[in-house]
Amino acid sequence: MTVDYQMRRGTIRAVDNVSFSLKKGETLGLAGESGSGKSTLGLSIIRLVPYPGVIVKGHIKIDGTDILKLPEHEMRSIRGEKAAYIFQDPMTSLNPVKRIGAHFFELIRTHEPSTSKEEAFKRTKTVIKNLGILPERINDYPHQFSGGMRQRIMIGLAIALNPDLVIADEPTTALDVIVQAKILDLMENLRKMYGMALILISHDLSVILERCDKIIVMYAGHMQEYATSMELHKNPKHPYTQKLLQSIPNVELSDQKLVAIPGSPPDMLNPPKGCRFWPRCSYAKKICRVKKPPLINVGRSHFVRCFLYDKEGVSVERNRKS
Amino acid sequence: MTKKVLVLSEIVKVEHLTKYFPVQKSFLEQLFTRELSYVKAVDDVTFSIKSGEFFTLAGESGCGKTTTGRVIVKLLEPTSGKIYFNGADITKLKGEKLRLLRRKMQIIFQDPYASLNPRMKIIDAVGHPLEIHGLAKGEEKKKKVLEVLEEVGLTPPEQFINLYPHQLSGGQRQRVALARSIILKPEFMVADEPVSMIDVSLRSTIIDLMLSFRKELGLTYLFITHDLAVAKYISDKIAIMYLGKIVEMGHKEPLFWNPIHPYTQALLSAIPVPNPERERKRIELAGEVPSTIDIPTGCRFHPRCPYRTGKCSKEEPQLTEVEKDHFVACHLIK
Repeated sequence: MTVDYQMRRGTIRAVDNVSFSLKKGETLGLAGESGSGKSTLGLSIIRLVPYPGVIVKGHIKIDGTDILKLPEHEMRSIRGEKAAYIFQDPMTSLNPVKRIGAHFFELIRTHEPSTSKEEAFKRTKTVIKNLGILPERINDYPHQFSGGMRQRIMIGLAIALNPDLVIADEPTTALDVIVQAKILDLMENLRKMYGMALILISHDLSVILERCDKIIVMYAGHMQEYATSMELHKNPKHPYTQKLLQSIPNVELSDQKLVAIPGSPPDMLNPPKGCRFWPRCSYAKKICRVKKPPLINVGRSHFVRCFLYDKEGVSVERNRKS
Repeated sequence: MTKKVLVLSEIVKVEHLTKYFPVQKSFLEQLFTRELSYVKAVDDVTFSIKSGEFFTLAGESGCGKTTTGRVIVKLLEPTSGKIYFNGADITKLKGEKLRLLRRKMQIIFQDPYASLNPRMKIIDAVGHPLEIHGLAKGEEKKKKVLEVLEEVGLTPPEQFINLYPHQLSGGQRQRVALARSIILKPEFMVADEPVSMIDVSLRSTIIDLMLSFRKELGLTYLFITHDLAVAKYISDKIAIMYLGKIVEMGHKEPLFWNPIHPYTQALLSAIPVPNPERERKRIELAGEVPSTIDIPTGCRFHPRCPYRTGKCSKEEPQLTEVEKDHFVACHLIK
C-alpha cells in the first residue's frame, strides 16, 4: 500500500509500499518516530486518511473483502463492526455534551438498528463492567472522568460491536506509567476475551516490545524491518532498528550505554533518494544513495529492507567492514 | 571546620518547602463560603543536592515535581519553607540580588517549540542572557555564542546563528535552549522534562550533552521527569514524589533494586521494559491519584495502598532514613 499527501508544496509519500498481514488474535506493533508514517498507515486501514492524503495504490483486505473498492456507505458499517480505531487523545474523541451511556447507545443503535433499547442498555452495561468502570457511572459526562478512565471508555467504544480488528494509535502516550500499564493490561485481556486482532501504534519501543507478537519498524514512510518481537529483540537486522534498540533506556540494566543516532529524520518533502536512512547510517555505501533496497527475507517471517543482506539473507557488507 | 565543608558541598537545599495555589471561586461561592481552598502542589518537601550531583524528582503528573523546580529557581514564590543556595538563604531574594543569582542557576523547559521566541534569531536568543547581565555585546557576544553552539553540537555554528527557531528541528531547538542556559556558565540547572518531547533517536544525544556539561562545567542538575527509565539512566539520586510529598529518596541503585515504599514498588513495576521474554510482575494499585485539593488524611497514599493499617489514615508518616542515604515515608518500616 502507498499513501501520498498531495499538497501545493509537493507530494509527501507518507507510506511507501508497505505490506503485511495479521491473523485473528494477533498483536502487531507499528513502531517509528514522529513522521515515520505509522499513524497514516493505521488510518488508511479503515480509509480515514485525512485530506490531502490519498491511498494511491495497494489493497487492504479485511476478512477477504478489499475495502478500497467499497463505496463510502458500506465503509461506514465496516468501521466499528469489522475494524475499530482508538485515537490518542480521548478528550477530543468523546462528545463533551453527551453522557457516556449515550455514546454506546448511539453506536449500537446506528450499526444495529434492530437492537431494542433494553438490549442496547444491557450490552452497554456489560462492556462498561468489562472496562473496570462502575455501571452507575453510565450517566456521567466525559469531563467527570480522569484521563485514564476516558481512555478506557474509548477502548470500550472500539470493542462494543465486537470487531475483528482494533487499531490503537498511541493509546497510552498521554497517560502516566501506572495508568498506562493498567490500560495496556485491559486491552490485552479484552483482546483475549473477544478474540480480536490488535494493531498497536506507538513511538515507545519498550511498550511495543513488551506487548506485541509482531513488529513493523517504520522510518520516513518505509517499512525497514518486519519480524516477531522475539526476533527483533534478539536479532535486529536493520542498522536503524539496531541503533533504535540501543537508544532506549532499560530500567533492568545497570551500566547501560545509550547510543545516539546522528543527524535527524528527513524532510518528507525532499526525502533522501534510495534508502531513506542512509544519511544517518554508519554502514551506508554508494548503492544506498541511489536505489531503494528491496525487502529481503532473512529468516522465518523476518524481513529487512537493507543492502547489507544478500538474497539469501546473509550479511555481506558487515563482515567485510568489521 | 567539618561543618563548613558540609555546608559548602550542598549547592541547593530546601527545607519544609510548600507551595499552595488558591482555587478560583465563582462570585456566588465567594459570598457563601469563607475559607479558601487550595491546590497543595508542594507540601512540606525537604531535600538537598550536593555539588556536581545529578538529582532527579520523579513522579506522575500532578505530583508537584515541576512546581518544586520552579520554586527553587524562584520563578514562583514559595508559600512557606526555606531555599538555600550555596549556603545562603535565597527564599526572600528580590530585584538586583535575584538577577545576579540567576547567573548561577538556570532552567531548561520541556517544549523547545514554546521556549524560544520565534522572532529572535538563534544568535540573539542564545546571546540574550549575556546582554541582560551586561557581560558581552557585539563581536564578543557573537564569539561566545559560536563557542557555546559548538559545545552543544550545532556545528558548524556559523550556519546556525542567523536562523530562526522554525528553521530547526525539535532536537536542534532543544540544543539551542541548552546553549542559552549554559552560556552564563551556571553552577546549577533545573531541567524540566527536557527530553520528553524529542524523538527517541535524538533523545540520547541531549542526555549525553547534559552529562558532559556536568563533567566539563561542573554543573549540578535538578532533573524533573515522569520517565523512570531515563531517570535511572541519568541520575545519581532520585526522589519519588506523590501528591506533593517525597515518599522515597535515595541513590538510584538501591532505590531501583530495593524499593521500599508501596507506591515506589507499584510505580517501578509499571515501567515498560523493552524485552519480550521478560515475565511481567505487576503490583496493582486500586483507584487513581486523588485531587490535590482534597488530599487524604494521614498518609496520602493510604486509600490506594495494599498494606494499609489503621494508623495510616490518621498519622502522616515522616521521611526516615532506613539505610544510609535511603529515605522512606511509610509506617511499615521500623
